[in-house]
Amino acid sequence: MTASIATNQTILVVGGGIAGMTAALEAAECGKQVILAEKTPTLGGRTSLLYRYFPKMCHPTCGLEINLKRIRGNPNVRVMTMTEVAAVSGSRGDYTVTLKVKPRYVNENCTACGDCGKAVQAEIPNVANYGLDKVKAAYLPHGMAYPQRYVIDPSIVGTADGEAAKAACKVGAVDLGMQEETIEMKVGSVVWATGWHPYDAAKIQPYGYDRIPNVITSLEFERLADVRGPTGGKLLRPSDGKEAKNIAFIQCAGSRDENHLRHCSRICCMASLKQTQYVREACGDEGKSTVYYIDIRAIDRFEDFYANVYKDPNVSFVKSKVARIAVNEANGNPILHGVNTEGYHRYATEHDLVVLAVGMEPEVTGITLPDDLLLDSSNFILGSNTGGMFGAGSAAGPLDVNRAVQSATAASLKAIQVIHKTASTEASA
Amino acid sequence: MTTANQNAVAKYKNNFLKEVEANVEDGHWVKMCMQCGVCAGSCPLGPHWEHSPQKIFMMIRAGKREEVLKSDSMWMCTSCYNCIVRCPRKLPITHIMHGLANYSHRLGLAPQGQPTREIAKLFWDNIVKTGRVNELTFSLAMYFKDGFGQGIKNAMAMQGIGLGLMKAKRLNPMEILGGHSCKDKSGIHKMLAKAREIEDRRKGLA
Repeated sequence: MTASIATNQTILVVGGGIAGMTAALEAAECGKQVILAEKTPTLGGRTSLLYRYFPKMCHPTCGLEINLKRIRGNPNVRVMTMTEVAAVSGSRGDYTVTLKVKPRYVNENCTACGDCGKAVQAEIPNVANYGLDKVKAAYLPHGMAYPQRYVIDPSIVGTADGEAAKAACKVGAVDLGMQEETIEMKVGSVVWATGWHPYDAAKIQPYGYDRIPNVITSLEFERLADVRGPTGGKLLRPSDGKEAKNIAFIQCAGSRDENHLRHCSRICCMASLKQTQYVREACGDEGKSTVYYIDIRAIDRFEDFYANVYKDPNVSFVKSKVARIAVNEANGNPILHGVNTEGYHRYATEHDLVVLAVGMEPEVTGITLPDDLLLDSSNFILGSNTGGMFGAGSAAGPLDVNRAVQSATAASLKAIQVIHKTASTEASA
Repeated sequence: MTTANQNAVAKYKNNFLKEVEANVEDGHWVKMCMQCGVCAGSCPLGPHWEHSPQKIFMMIRAGKREEVLKSDSMWMCTSCYNCIVRCPRKLPITHIMHGLANYSHRLGLAPQGQPTREIAKLFWDNIVKTGRVNELTFSLAMYFKDGFGQGIKNAMAMQGIGLGLMKAKRLNPMEILGGHSCKDKSGIHKMLAKAREIEDRRKGLA
């Protein structure tokens, strides 16, 4: 990793998910200096927490690995993890950014051997599995983590556990004295690839996510299906660990709803169609999926994927927004109540497990952003007043991985244009 | 058929949606329905009506004028507001149901003897008389709406509650003589007459 000297010809990319990595790489491979700032301890973002991508059903290891290789080999990108943007001032071509770097308590010497994790007793919720299981408080974020370096949770710093981690490390990588740092730097353009988070399903009161154990989100279901997930790839439901074979998918859980997210999150239809195939993969013909939907929005070339799932005899479709979910107390099964609008039939259907296809909410929702940034009514980033900052990926709109990459490439080109203008102004001055 | 109904049919021809938008309270919301069905599934009276709200909205758009206006479905609404709370498009469904009921009543198409309609009529007649609800005469009117014999039976069945209310000074037997009234009774009557006149002119109901 070469430290680049930040000037106003540097591009700052905020967020190290698939879009941020792409934006950073496209600019760096054009010879631009890039700082890639990521809030969490690892690059990869939510993409690395998926089991498979649609429509080709490949694993995210594939696409991410290529990008990580490109980053490793490119001296123009400086990756900063555990780094948040605290403030941005200035305008197009001349921004001053303040970055806050949180302590990892582990330095570059780390070989990811795992001795510190073994020595530590305390456990914390595993963010990589959406809190479905726990990890030791000295942990590697996940298998694909970049940098491949452990993190020590601040909760054990100053405790016996923290000292145990330090004592266990043979290469002197544990540094419990690390402090939060504030760095100020000049950049010419900022690409906001801050991504998204799943909409808080507990806010959809009638679906009982907060009170019915067997109602989970689509992101949690990704982790259940993943061999590296908390259940080793078995679709075991939370209430009793029983294998779920009759699974309901509820579309528009939070999306297209003036009470929650007003936008269509676009990916959820395809995500649920994809997940019906996880059920088939895990349970064969015994696995039954039912998709409750308003309309299936499998856009453009995804129509083929939908057509194939539609033909699957183990997948059925009910055109209805589910009104509420009750529980069968005897077996813990959720009971879905509603009216099928094709024929207006009232139903009360029991399933083993309910997966809420939760909507995408921009990660920046509720965060104070620079005045220069323009947001739409759902808090997606439209651009900036002076034209020097851009949204990329799912920070700019609800996008799947493929479209996030396209969006990031476009944003990167716009940032490069700003840098070129800055450079030519400087040359003529 | 009433004249108002004939006029409405002539004016809007086959465009029932336009008629609803023009004449039904909050009727302009009908076109916003995306047919998700969450109102139907959320209605506690669900098993008791023939057409669910989102089905009524689709019927309006399909021009099923007679079926909608003669239906008793919207009269089943108890104003619990579950549908409004859950509607992803924020349609004021409860209000539209009442708007439709009122419009069908004014056109003379609402089902005869429908209990909600009968009670609404009794309540209206009672309150406009003095500008105040006379609870005694309103209760008696309700008891006796299905005939004298049934009225006596109803009154006997409710006498415990009636006496209790009287003891608690919540029911005044002297109200039978006409009861209390608002300060300017004729003023209220004029206001209501004017409001009716404006509404009738706007909706072609005169």
